[in-house]
Amino acid sequence: MTMLHTVNKSPFESKTFDTCLGLAKGGSTILLIEDGVYAATTGNSVADKIKNTSDINFCVLDADAQARGIEGKLAEGIKVIDYEGFVDLVAEHDTVQAWL
Amino acid sequence: MSKKFMYINRKAPYGTIYALESLEVVLIGAAFDQDVSLAFIGDGVYQLTKGQNTKGIGQKSFSPVYMALGDYDVNKIYVEKESLEERGLTLDDLQHLVWEDEDEDYAEKDSIRLVSRSELSDVLDDQDVVLSF
Repeated sequence: MTMLHTVNKSPFESKTFDTCLGLAKGGSTILLIEDGVYAATTGNSVADKIKNTSDINFCVLDADAQARGIEGKLAEGIKVIDYEGFVDLVAEHDTVQAWL
Repeated sequence: MSKKFMYINRKAPYGTIYALESLEVVLIGAAFDQDVSLAFIGDGVYQLTKGQNTKGIGQKSFSPVYMALGDYDVNKIYVEKESLEERGLTLDDLQHLVWEDEDEDYAEKDSIRLVSRSELSDVLDDQDVVLSF
């Protein structure tokens, strides 16, 4: 079973990202969307959490990153995807868990 | 008599409607000739960042409106230092907001005041009305 997790809350104002990270299994994918994309930026107190997690695929939705002007500040190893890529991820995984 | 109005902004832009609604209310307050200050704390600091391009999410970007605040005599913009640092941001990541001082031959001056949490607490204490977004 592989699961796609989506996180749409800022990691600085909500525990959603931490909860998701705690429950996501190896081999699953965490897709950061809306205010969730801030978790993908470097140089902050959250960056280490992604850096220290090697067995989960992290993706960020391009349109949301661009809207917030962070596309130049994304951490290494984070895949940038467009809306079509989002659809592909949904199709590729067995289940989708949308953390709210 | 004009009162001192402080608008506290704590939310990132676009994910919720708070940032845009705050801007609308700020501009209304300024039109009524009140003494207006803005504070950006927590994720609110993200409202002021450079390079926002909202084309892909189908929302209008209100980022340029912050540049116009100076023309409405809204020139006391407090940004909390701790909030910037927590997010790995510096003043260079924010738009350069300025206003023209008519008492000094329209000299261009910075609107953003970088303050510590304890300094901001003193600024808050000095207000007549505080509105939170």
